[in-house]
Amino acid sequence: MALYRILEIYFHLRTKKRVEYKLHYLPGKKKIKNCCLTVLVVHDSDTEIPFLQGVNILMKVPALKDGSFTLAESIAILLYLARKFKTPDHWYPSDLQKRARVDEYLSWQHVNILWREICKNQLPLPPEKLESVTEELNIVLNQFEEKFLQDKPFIAGSEVSLADLVALVELMQPVGAGYDLFEERPKLAEWRRQVEEAVGKQLFQEAHEGILNAKSLTADKIILNHRLMPYSTKNSLHS
Amino acid sequence: SGLQIFADRTEEFRKVNILMKVPALKDGSFTLAESIAILLYLARKFKTPDHWYPSDLQKRARVDEYLSWQHVNIRGKGSKLFLTKVLLPLLTGQPLPPEKLESVTEELNIVLNQFEEKFLQDKPFIAGSEVSLADLVALVELMQPVGAGYDLFEERPKLAEWRRQVEEAVGKQLFQEAHEGILNAKSLTADKIAPELLEHFKHQLLKQAS
Repeated sequence: MALYRILEIYFHLRTKKRVEYKLHYLPGKKKIKNCCLTVLVVHDSDTEIPFLQGVNILMKVPALKDGSFTLAESIAILLYLARKFKTPDHWYPSDLQKRARVDEYLSWQHVNILWREICKNQLPLPPEKLESVTEELNIVLNQFEEKFLQDKPFIAGSEVSLADLVALVELMQPVGAGYDLFEERPKLAEWRRQVEEAVGKQLFQEAHEGILNAKSLTADKIILNHRLMPYSTKNSLHS
Repeated sequence: SGLQIFADRTEEFRKVNILMKVPALKDGSFTLAESIAILLYLARKFKTPDHWYPSDLQKRARVDEYLSWQHVNIRGKGSKLFLTKVLLPLLTGQPLPPEKLESVTEELNIVLNQFEEKFLQDKPFIAGSEVSLADLVALVELMQPVGAGYDLFEERPKLAEWRRQVEEAVGKQLFQEAHEGILNAKSLTADKIAPELLEHFKHQLLKQAS
């Protein structure tokens, strides 16, 4: 169950829009008095967010607050949650070499991913820029296929891990912007299929409804979508 | 054995910093790239003292947080300054326009402020009271702009004190040896750099300029 929440949080991280903030409450495994875990994933840039200021001097999302402990950086948050909630081993394998593969991808992806840039623009890119951006993206995708996937089903080997999750969620960004990078890349498409299957196809679809409809999204629709999500601020989660 | 690991690491970093080579590890048939992944692998494999990558959940998270943030910030801006100041004139054969140096320096200063305010705060080290991989990675990256002739510690006493403490924790002589290369970067000439590396730098600089 905790894994579901981790995934949901991560999906929400990538569907972030600057509209309103949303808090998720996760119960700890033990009932500790006054313990609540919150992850702030979106924020309204126009209003003061005391929470965010207290949590993160960089005023960045996502941000995590666990009691008095605060944490920024989505990768650090993912790892923290995986450890804290002791998720199944394959997400961050204890095997030294498999774990190294995950670390390797998580490190490389920071500077090599351009599709965040593509998606920041809600407007379509001018044609001349689209070509060079696509070209850069294709270089990175080739590297991804040749270096990180090779002939394995997943980045770490035979099982899905945080690396695949992070990778696929990033790759959905240009797809949401109208560039189907899976179309002419069967290996990548197959990998995607397998990650979705490992995560749960329905969950994946729900989480990406937001990003896949990004182009037609307006502010009121985003707020509505968030209210429909299973975990809201109103329901505290006690499973 | 902790020191030996560090020596190996700094040797890698020396190579990375002076020639921008991508570090790679080979352990039997297992190969690994990305300096952060390599460091973590070595720390785990050789079971280095806990403080390098603390088992405490929150201290470890602090290290992860820095290691994540630093890619585009300290490392990104530090290497940008190094590339711009040292390599761009070598590649173009022209002296560096002062406004260009000013703007990359300003970018670096912004992240240095963030580093001091967010990651150090009033603690001696990033994870708290003990040195970790985060401090090591941070300091090694900060030596790049220093090697380019920009003494960023000069007007930042907190940062200078932190540096002193990291060097002490690591071992001052070892540190000096490791950075001989980068500290002599200013005397680098184009012929000392392999042609394919020059091409790589050109590509990087163009990317950053756009």
